[in-house]
Amino acid sequence: MATFVLAPHSLSPATRLKDAAAVAFITLLLGIPMIGLTTVDQGGALQIATRWPTLFTFVAVAFAGRLVLRYGIDRFKAHQLTRERSTAATAAAVLAGGGRARSPMLTGVAWAALGVALTLPVFFADNRYVVDTATTVLIYVMLGWGLNVVVGLAGLLDLGYVAFYAVGAYTYGILGTQFGWSFWEALPVAGGMAAAFGVILGWPTLRLRGDYLAIVTLGFGEIVRVILVNWTELSGGPNGIASIPRPTFFGLELKPPGDDPTFASFFGIEYSPSHRIIFLYYLILALALITNLFVSRMRKLPIGRAWEAMREDEIACKAMGINARNVKLSAFAIGAMLGGFAGVFFAARMGFISPESFTFSESAIILAIVVLGGMGSQLGVVLAALVLVLLPELGRDFAEYRMLLFGAAMVMIMVWRPGGILSHREPTLRYAAEGESR
Amino acid sequence: MALALQQLINGLTLGAVYGLIAIGYTMVYGIIGMINFAHGDIYMVSAFIAITVFTLLASFAISSVPLALVLVLIVAVLFTSVYGWAVERIAYRPLRGATRLAPLISAIGMSIFLQNFVQLTQGARVKPIPPVLVGGIDLMTFDGFTVRLAYTQILIVIVTVALMAGFTWLITKTSFGRQQRSCEQDRTMTALLGINVDRTISLTFMLGAALAAVAGVMVTVYYGVVDFFIGFVAGIKAFTAAVLGGIGSLPGAMLGGLLIGLIEAFWAAYLSAEYKDVATFSILILVLMFRPSGLLGRPEVEKV
Repeated sequence: MATFVLAPHSLSPATRLKDAAAVAFITLLLGIPMIGLTTVDQGGALQIATRWPTLFTFVAVAFAGRLVLRYGIDRFKAHQLTRERSTAATAAAVLAGGGRARSPMLTGVAWAALGVALTLPVFFADNRYVVDTATTVLIYVMLGWGLNVVVGLAGLLDLGYVAFYAVGAYTYGILGTQFGWSFWEALPVAGGMAAAFGVILGWPTLRLRGDYLAIVTLGFGEIVRVILVNWTELSGGPNGIASIPRPTFFGLELKPPGDDPTFASFFGIEYSPSHRIIFLYYLILALALITNLFVSRMRKLPIGRAWEAMREDEIACKAMGINARNVKLSAFAIGAMLGGFAGVFFAARMGFISPESFTFSESAIILAIVVLGGMGSQLGVVLAALVLVLLPELGRDFAEYRMLLFGAAMVMIMVWRPGGILSHREPTLRYAAEGESR
Repeated sequence: MALALQQLINGLTLGAVYGLIAIGYTMVYGIIGMINFAHGDIYMVSAFIAITVFTLLASFAISSVPLALVLVLIVAVLFTSVYGWAVERIAYRPLRGATRLAPLISAIGMSIFLQNFVQLTQGARVKPIPPVLVGGIDLMTFDGFTVRLAYTQILIVIVTVALMAGFTWLITKTSFGRQQRSCEQDRTMTALLGINVDRTISLTFMLGAALAAVAGVMVTVYYGVVDFFIGFVAGIKAFTAAVLGGIGSLPGAMLGGLLIGLIEAFWAAYLSAEYKDVATFSILILVLMFRPSGLLGRPEVEKV
């Protein structure tokens, strides 16, 4: 039943060729100055080098790709349209139901993900690479959940989140190396420190909204980084802080057997370097799960409700007597505190920190995780963190294309699903409409 | 005194460049309400095009400086506008009507893509070109310090002033300018009046890219070196300038650019070069605390 319903889905071959030719022409124009021509350094002076064959390959690929892609999309749309028409009645009924609770499938996915996360080191105990990558994913998940409080729940666009991550990491770095604090002692202090920074940085931005807030938070992020680079006495400047103490397991160190009882000797097992990797993995998993639990409980408290209400309509909130200042500052403080915890873990895991790790692109990646996941969705953050961390990892074989693919993927995911992978922006609390069972 | 005068000249030159880039941000923000994060990278692309064309002209043995400058400007503006158009078409147009954050993320992605694309195709090393315009006018000597107005600085200021004049005319007097301003006010109504909104937005992006291209060429001539990372810092500074001046306002963008340039130059000369970025952002924060809509921006009216 090949029914083409609308004209745009049944273009003539000539139109399609013209369209593809236009794309190829644009590719040619874009490619001439960048791919076709380049300058190479020859004996101190630049010389022109040409790469016309490469350029023409690109143009040909663009032509063919556009032709195929466009045809595929059109077929898909036509198909969808016919299907939609036949099921229009059902669709209307589904829409009327509106405001569904979280679908059981997603809950299943969440539990499955938790199961995989808990058992992963058991299956990959010897594969350091897998556990390390999983730890990185979890750091980003935790950061994403932290930023989700600020951006996803309270709706405050924060482009400088990495500042709090840095504050946490440097607090532990300094306390650990200069004052001999252990990971567990420094963790709450660093979290409190980051929260205090959240309030200090949040205070001047209370009157700002939207993009003004975005640029000011971006400015704060950069200020913190510049201070870390230049205040050498405090932060070690560009050299950073090295030999930060590792976290211990209830006071037992995870290192080769020595004088003090270590983890391995206490439990009477043979020492293996993978213990520490796996311990770190479970540590960040626990931190992340506590974060998740904490945030999802917060959402059900009055303050959490107020965050979401503030996101939806600030003026209405103020009219209802909600203290906008406290609500915003608490979101900043809690988001910052969670970022600070993640920072402490980062410092403890790496053993070395420098301002290089806290650049704007890091903030952008964390924000991308929150937005790609679907703002406010906890599970979406996990999926987005997986995609954004694993994608460059998969591209390791052609390492120099990693960031290129990363950028392209960010654009494509957004174009494909502007609401995020799991668009889920419903307020947690909903006024039960008629005919809705909750 | 002499140092202050010299820093005034340097700051104005730098500010003019920031202003040119800031106009691209402010126009795009005005018309579709998004931060075009890739704009700084568009400027970087243009600087690379300028390097290539200068080298190409040198290999054809074209030695006339004015001719070379004009040719480079034309080529850079043309190709960079295509980049501006393509960025809008690929990354932003499909997202019209999506949440406000979606285009922002897509823009950040585009920025990462462009940076790495240029790094891959043109190389990661810093590219130097021989100075195009050498010399200058010695204005005065004071305590053995000579205040110098380089020809490149004169060129940058003249080109910026001319562009600003032309641009103001374009926006206030021509039919395109009217369409552009009407899209800023109400896109739906504009579309109902038979104006092609998509085309107007595309043209806005191309114009913004063209101005960034001029800024890119000017910076290439001024500093003589280019690398793939220059777009990020310049982009952030220019965006700060746009916000400082009041985003959406064209004179505001220019004023903000000049202010940022001056603040940077004076701070670097008298206080500390390391913390000049901190100064820029601190002043931005102070201005926004007391005038949240920027220096020349219209105060936002909140509607329930």
